[in-house]
Amino acid sequence: MTRKSRRLLLISCALGVLGIAAGLVLFALSDTIVFFRSPSEIAAQHVSPGTRLRLGGLVKDGTVEKADGTHVRFVVTDGGADVPVAYIGILPDLFREGQGVVAEGVLQADGSFRADSVLAKHDEKYMPKEVVEALKKQGKWQEGEGGAPAPALLPGRTSSAN
Amino acid sequence: MIPETGHFALVLALAVALLQMVLPVWGARTNDAALMRVGPALAVAFAGFISLAFAALVAAYVQSDFSVLNVYQNSHSEMPLIYKITSAWGNHEGSMLLWVLVLGLFGAMVALFGSNLPQRLKANVLAVQASVAVAFLLFILLTSNPFLRLSPAPAEGQDLNPVLQDIGLAIHPPLLYLGYVGFSITFAFAVAALIDGRIDAAWARWVRPWALAAWAFLTVGIAMGSYWAYYELGWGGWWFWDPVENASLMPWFAGTALIHSAVVMEKRDALKVWTVLLAILAFSLSLLGTFLVRSGVLTSVHAFATDPARGVFILMILVAFIGGSLGLFALRAPMLRQGGIFAPVSREGALVLNNLLLTASAAAVFVGTLYPLALEAWNGAKITVGPPYFNFTVGLLMVPVVFVMPFGPLLAWKRGDIAGVAQRLMAAFGLAILAGLAVAYGQAGGPALAPIGIGLAAFVILGSVTDLAERAGLGRVPAATAWARLRGLPRAAYGTMLAHAGIGICLLGIVAETSWSSERIVGIKTGEGTTVGRYELTLERVEPRTGPNYRDVAAVFRIREGGVDRGTVTSSKRLFTARNMPTTESGIRTFGFGQLYVSMGDELAGGGIGIRAYWKPLVTLIWLGAVVMAFGGVLSLSDRRLRIGAPRPARARRNADAAPANPAPAE
Repeated sequence: MTRKSRRLLLISCALGVLGIAAGLVLFALSDTIVFFRSPSEIAAQHVSPGTRLRLGGLVKDGTVEKADGTHVRFVVTDGGADVPVAYIGILPDLFREGQGVVAEGVLQADGSFRADSVLAKHDEKYMPKEVVEALKKQGKWQEGEGGAPAPALLPGRTSSAN
Repeated sequence: MIPETGHFALVLALAVALLQMVLPVWGARTNDAALMRVGPALAVAFAGFISLAFAALVAAYVQSDFSVLNVYQNSHSEMPLIYKITSAWGNHEGSMLLWVLVLGLFGAMVALFGSNLPQRLKANVLAVQASVAVAFLLFILLTSNPFLRLSPAPAEGQDLNPVLQDIGLAIHPPLLYLGYVGFSITFAFAVAALIDGRIDAAWARWVRPWALAAWAFLTVGIAMGSYWAYYELGWGGWWFWDPVENASLMPWFAGTALIHSAVVMEKRDALKVWTVLLAILAFSLSLLGTFLVRSGVLTSVHAFATDPARGVFILMILVAFIGGSLGLFALRAPMLRQGGIFAPVSREGALVLNNLLLTASAAAVFVGTLYPLALEAWNGAKITVGPPYFNFTVGLLMVPVVFVMPFGPLLAWKRGDIAGVAQRLMAAFGLAILAGLAVAYGQAGGPALAPIGIGLAAFVILGSVTDLAERAGLGRVPAATAWARLRGLPRAAYGTMLAHAGIGICLLGIVAETSWSSERIVGIKTGEGTTVGRYELTLERVEPRTGPNYRDVAAVFRIREGGVDRGTVTSSKRLFTARNMPTTESGIRTFGFGQLYVSMGDELAGGGIGIRAYWKPLVTLIWLGAVVMAFGGVLSLSDRRLRIGAPRPARARRNADAAPANPAPAE
C-alpha cells in the first residue's frame, strides 16, 4: 500500500468511528433527556402523564406526610401551582418544609408525581439554580446584593455569608 | 501580618511570572543563552512565592484568624486541626490558590529536573507555563483574593460545609489538581514545540513522563472523589454523571489517549500532529473543567457561592488559551514533517483505534455535559442529560476499547499478525468465556449483560497477563529461563500489564455492583431486624453522642451472617451546630471485596428509625482497579528508559510537604 492509500484508509476508519459515535450520541440524546418543569408550567402546558420530568420548587409548608420510615408524601409549589409528590425512600438531609427541592420521576394520570429521586441542597446557603429561576418567574424571589442569588425564603441565613 | 505577607507573596509571584513569560521566549528568539537561562531561576522563585502565599493561608486557618473573610466563612475554632488545614482549599478562593500552587511546583520541577532538555525548548516551555500562571494569578488577585480582611473581626467562624469535613478533602482535591494541572506541562511542551515549529521523537520522550504522572494522579484523584461521594452523600452511588465528574473524566479520556499516542510518536516517529493536538486538548479540557466547576454555571456538589464576574473571567482565560493554542496549531501543524508509515493491522493501528474511541468517548461526555447549557442559552429550555445517556454512549464506546486492549501489546510494530495474536490469546479468551458461562449459570435469572461484562473483564485481565507470559516464553522455555526473562522485562511492560489489568478489575467491580447489589429500605425499631444480601441486621441501640463541633444520633446494628456474629456497623445523623446543618454518616463494613452499607434516615413518629441498607458485592474493586491502573502508570514512569528527564517523585513530595509544614504555631 502506498502512503496515500494508507492515509485514506486511516481517515476513513477515523470517520467511521466518529460517525458511529455521533450516531450513538444523537440517538441517546433524543431518547434520554429529561426536562425540568415547575408546577406552574405543568399546570399551564398540560404535560402528558407518563412523561419523565424533573420537578422543582419549594416544599409547601405543612404538607409533608411520612406514613412509615420510607413512604413520603409532600407538595411542591412555586406559588403559582401545586403538585403532590409521592416518594419511597430516605429523604436527603437538607429536605425541609419551605425549602427548595428537585424531584425526578414520572407524572401520573391523576396529576400527582411519583418521584424516584429527591434532591435537596448540599449546603444551607445554596439553592438549586433551576428552582431559583422557577421562583423568579412566579415573583417569589428577591435578588440579593452582590450578584449572588440570596435565598430570601430561607431562614437562618446571614447576609455576609456570600 | 501573616495574611498581608501571603497577599504580598501573591503579587510578587505575579511579577515573577510576568518576567518568566517574556524573558525566556525573548532569549529563544534572539538566541541569547543568558536570557534563556533566567527561566529556570524564575520558575523556582515563582514556586517559592506561591508556596509562601499558600503557607500563609494555611497558617491563617490553623490560627482561626477570623479577621480574614475567607477563614471566617469557612472555618470554626472547634474544628479538629486536620479540617482546619483542609478548609484552606475547601472553598473557591483557597482551591484556586491550590491550583496555582500545583502549577508552580510542576514548573519548578521542569526547571530543576529538565537539565537534559534542549535550551530553547526548555525556555519556551517555562514561558508558556508562566503565561498560564499569570492568567490564574490575575484571576485570584482581581476576583478571588483569599486574604481579604474583615473588620471588626467576628469572634467565631461560620464553619466549613459539614459535607466537606472529611478526610476526603485532604486527599481528593490535591490529587485531582496534580492531574489537571499536570497536563499544563504537556500543554506547555506542545505549544513550545509549535512556537519553534519543530518536533521529533525525542519530544515525545520528554513529554511522556509528565503525561504519565498527570494521568496517574488524575486516575487516583477521580477514584478518590468517587469513593468520597459514595460514603459521604449516603446514597450508595459511586458515580452520578454529575457535570463536575464529567469535567474530570474528559481530560482523563484525552490524557489516556495522549499517553498511548506519545508511545507511537516516541517509537515510530508517527502521529506527531495528532499527539500535539491531544496534549493541547487534555489541558483545554482541564481548563474547561475548572471553568464548569468554578464559574457556577452548573448545579453541583462543587458549586460554592458564586459570582458572575468570576465566570466571565475564567471564560476569558479559557477562550484565550484554547483559542490561542488551537490557532497556533492550525498555523504550524502543516509545517511538521510526517513520520513513519504503518499497516492498519499493527500496534500503531491498535493504538490509533484506542485513540479514536477514547476521543469519541470524551466527545460524547462533552456533548452530554454542555448540551443542556447550550440549549438553555439558545431557547431557555431546561433539560437534564442524565445517567441513561452517558451509560449508553460511553458504555458502548468502551466495549471495543476493552475488547481490543489485550491485542494491542501483542501486535508487532509496523505490520502485525492478527491471526497469530488471536491464537496466543486463545487461552485467555477461552477462560473468559468459561467465566461468563459460570456467571450465567450461577446467577440464574440475573441481568443478561452481567455474564458478558464479567467475561470481558476476565479477558482483559488474563489478556494482559498473557502479554507478559508470551514475552517470557512461559511454557515454551525452561521455567528458570522464563523467570530470568520475566525479571529482565522493562518496568514499562509491567506498567502496561497493571494498567490494563486495572481496567479489568474496575470493570469487574462495576458489573458486580450494578448487577447484584441488594437494597433494603425499611423502618425498624430497637431490637428489630432486617436482611440485606446474605446479612441480617439487628438494630441494637440508638444513642446520642457529642463531637467537637457537632452532636449526633448513632444507630448501632449487629451484623449476622447465617447466625454467625460479624460485629457491628454504625450509621449516624450529625447536626453541625454552627451551621445548624444535618449530615448522614453512613456505616460501611467491608467483607471480602464487597461492602455492607447502612444509611440512617429520620426517626419515626411511632419510635424506631428509617434505614437504607445495601449489600454491594465486589464494589471495592472499582476503586482498587483505579489504584492498580495508577500504580501501573507510576511503574512505567520509573522505567529506566524514561527516568532520564522524568521528575523525581521523592523530591517533588518534599516540595509539596514544605507548604503546610511551615505555618507558625497557633497561639
